[in-house]
Amino acid sequence: MAGNNPNSKPMNLTLKVWRQKNTNASGQLVTYNVKDISPEMSFLEMMDVLNEDLLRQGQDPIAFDHDCREGICGMCSLYINGRAHGPESGTTTCQLHMRKFSDGDTIVIEPWRANAFPIHKDLSVDRSALDRIQQAGGYVSVNTGGVPDANEIPIPKSIADKAFDAATCIQCGACVAACKNASAMLFLSAKVSQLALLPQGQVERKTRVENMLAQHDEEGFGSCTNIGSCAAECPVGISLENIAILNREYIVAKATSENV
Amino acid sequence: MSWFTKTFSSTIGRKLVVALTGLFLCSFLVVHLIGNLQLFSADEGIAFNAYTYFMTHNPVIRAMEIILLLGFVFHIYEAYALSRRNQGARSVKYAVNHLDQNSSWSSRNMGLLGTVIFIFLLVHLYNFYFKLKFGEIGLDAQGNKNLYAITEEAFSQWWYVALYVISMVALAFHLIHGFQSAFQTLGLNHKKYTPAIKAVGYVFSIVVCAGFAAMPLYFFFFK
Repeated sequence: MAGNNPNSKPMNLTLKVWRQKNTNASGQLVTYNVKDISPEMSFLEMMDVLNEDLLRQGQDPIAFDHDCREGICGMCSLYINGRAHGPESGTTTCQLHMRKFSDGDTIVIEPWRANAFPIHKDLSVDRSALDRIQQAGGYVSVNTGGVPDANEIPIPKSIADKAFDAATCIQCGACVAACKNASAMLFLSAKVSQLALLPQGQVERKTRVENMLAQHDEEGFGSCTNIGSCAAECPVGISLENIAILNREYIVAKATSENV
Repeated sequence: MSWFTKTFSSTIGRKLVVALTGLFLCSFLVVHLIGNLQLFSADEGIAFNAYTYFMTHNPVIRAMEIILLLGFVFHIYEAYALSRRNQGARSVKYAVNHLDQNSSWSSRNMGLLGTVIFIFLLVHLYNFYFKLKFGEIGLDAQGNKNLYAITEEAFSQWWYVALYVISMVALAFHLIHGFQSAFQTLGLNHKKYTPAIKAVGYVFSIVVCAGFAAMPLYFFFFK
């Protein structure tokens, strides 16, 4: 099938990949050549081909994060040729295909870089800082007992849509990787506005935003300077409007909450 | 820490101070520009010098001067503190990074632009404010200190005119990002108003900076 497609001529590529043994080791870019890469492969499948080669040669394969490989889980990362998740907008790395590159290209592959994301190994980074921000307040209280009927609480369609759009965040960390300040504000704002917009999120509303921002700052992420790189690179299109919502949630919470 | 210090040492709290002081400084630019437009009146500086006398003797203006100084101090200090934090959030830089493909140059270089404006501010204060306060200045026909003559003299030097014009270009780029960014930081983002805020910010930046830049150019080429 691949042979019938005029655009599917196999490619030879030069890869410059960040190799680092562990969190504390110093790393460097190592050059690899990969041959006969089908344009129909995903970027991660191309990495699999390289790792097969490395294994056959008795070398240590390159560690990189991946799971569902269909753009849902948020596990794949990779800073490809200076862009989070590569040159395409609105995609994760597993949704990036080799047809976006040309025969003979050199591709530089680096891990997400932020001090709050320590490198496990090679291209795999520890993103648990985002989990800790979520744990600091990204939840709602529910009553035990009988299961309530669906749609029991009336919510305007526009609000439900906005909350849902915020809820599509897959916590991949591309916003942090792309931000020149390594800020996690787009992630944080999606989590805060998703719950602040809905009636179910009102109980913890003020305490939530206070605690989640405190955790964000404690993890060592930078601050937002409204440059917009995060939203441009976000694979699910989280809007910058969420950061404005976060800012006003925080200002109102700090001015009026009972927490002194 | 009390809730107050916690708020204003957080990333959003510091940004809030930068945004509020930034908008306050924008209001100063408007007043400063309107007042200085009297440099263009064809009376050899009589109106401008009278205005200078008013500005240096009115008690309300004197008080505002202190608030203005505080505005600058907080704006610069908080922006500097945030920049330090932000630079420290990524110790190992990317070997290849194409921020040019997802953000504007001015938005990424607010610190650099701010530094150019700060240096300009020091030169500007030395040249006019300090001369007016502590220097020997001649009097005009009305008996007011002749700041107009000082201005005329300063703007007869080409390098001085060049410094002013370059600084105003830097200020324009600083404002193009800063003006609309301040509203975003205050949480004021709404589909009804944000397009208007962005348009007003753009026009404001160009008009104000072009107005200031016109003054040295006017003296250099037409006086």
